[in-house]
Amino acid sequence: MKSIISLFFVLFFAVSVAYSSGYNIGDKAADFKLKNIDGKFVSFSNYPDAKGFVLVFTCNGCPYAQAYQDRIVEIDKKYKSKGYPVIAINPNDPALAPADSFDKMVSVAKTEGFTFPYLIDEKQEVYKNYGATKTPHVYVLQKKGSDFVVQYIGAIDDSYQDATKVNSPFLASALDALVAGSLPETTTTKAIGCGIKDKSKK
Amino acid sequence: MARSIALLLVFLFSAFALSSQLYGIKPVKVLNFDQLEPYLNKKNDTVYLVNFWATWCAPCIAELPAIKAVEKKYSDKKFKVLLVSLDMPGHLKTRLTPFLLSNKITSDVVLLDDPDQNRWIDRIDKQWSGEIPFTVIYGKDFRESYSQSFDFKTLDSIINRKIKMP
Repeated sequence: MKSIISLFFVLFFAVSVAYSSGYNIGDKAADFKLKNIDGKFVSFSNYPDAKGFVLVFTCNGCPYAQAYQDRIVEIDKKYKSKGYPVIAINPNDPALAPADSFDKMVSVAKTEGFTFPYLIDEKQEVYKNYGATKTPHVYVLQKKGSDFVVQYIGAIDDSYQDATKVNSPFLASALDALVAGSLPETTTTKAIGCGIKDKSKK
Repeated sequence: MARSIALLLVFLFSAFALSSQLYGIKPVKVLNFDQLEPYLNKKNDTVYLVNFWATWCAPCIAELPAIKAVEKKYSDKKFKVLLVSLDMPGHLKTRLTPFLLSNKITSDVVLLDDPDQNRWIDRIDKQWSGEIPFTVIYGKDFRESYSQSFDFKTLDSIINRKIKMP
């Protein structure tokens, strides 16, 4: 009997681990406190007036992330004033990806004219909590009372190679819907990206 | 002048073609997803390993020697490797082919040129969110996918097990 109970607990634990790997649409997202390129720490609580956030897990070295740098700046410029600022987070371990060191984040943000915070996930806990697997990987959160609800997960658009050939601007459409007071029609999309560099995954 | 340039080009091209043949590098086909899909759904006695990678992806490059070694080890078995490059199509001649040459990659390589990734990622694996490296290993009655950079030992034990299956 005792062994059945322990088996039950083992199974329960295994199932909870399997299902706790990241957020789904409608989940409440946890706040964090991560270091920005100016050395200050950033949390949701620093933005009392925000209606939500565009969290972008991205980095310096990944060609897909690089291809979207300008488009992320455009998203921030357009939607910050509508209550949805961009917060970029580099989830990579610089020991495995030297191009993604903190110092290089500072210089990339400067040369690319980032208009938003660019944070480093030093303990690599935030990206795991959200369930991000690659760069770039986007999460749109909407503030509801004191909660931040996940309303969109995935890609920025459907044309990484050429910003002039976008047919479906997934992220902008999701944000337009939220700003207009409705819910995004498409809530999850997929795109190729660079796997997040983490020693524990090797 | 124009003639000598043309001659030089012909010379360079043949030298390139020759060196490709010398190392057994196969020409890289450029496919869209609909053209690639049959390679992911063959139904015969062979075990297939389809690896999604790119020359700019460090963990992808790191596992290529393991894939190469496994391919060599099971070359007399019903086992086939396909490397699906996600390099930018414009980099086929400038980066991908030179990389294959300098690393003597003799496996089948295709370049997947299909920007509407949201349409086809789920058709490869619903659990895949698009990160690379990513590997699908399948046979007539099994299909597994791996979001990791393989070392030889891990990959060898998987392939060994799958090939021995009745």
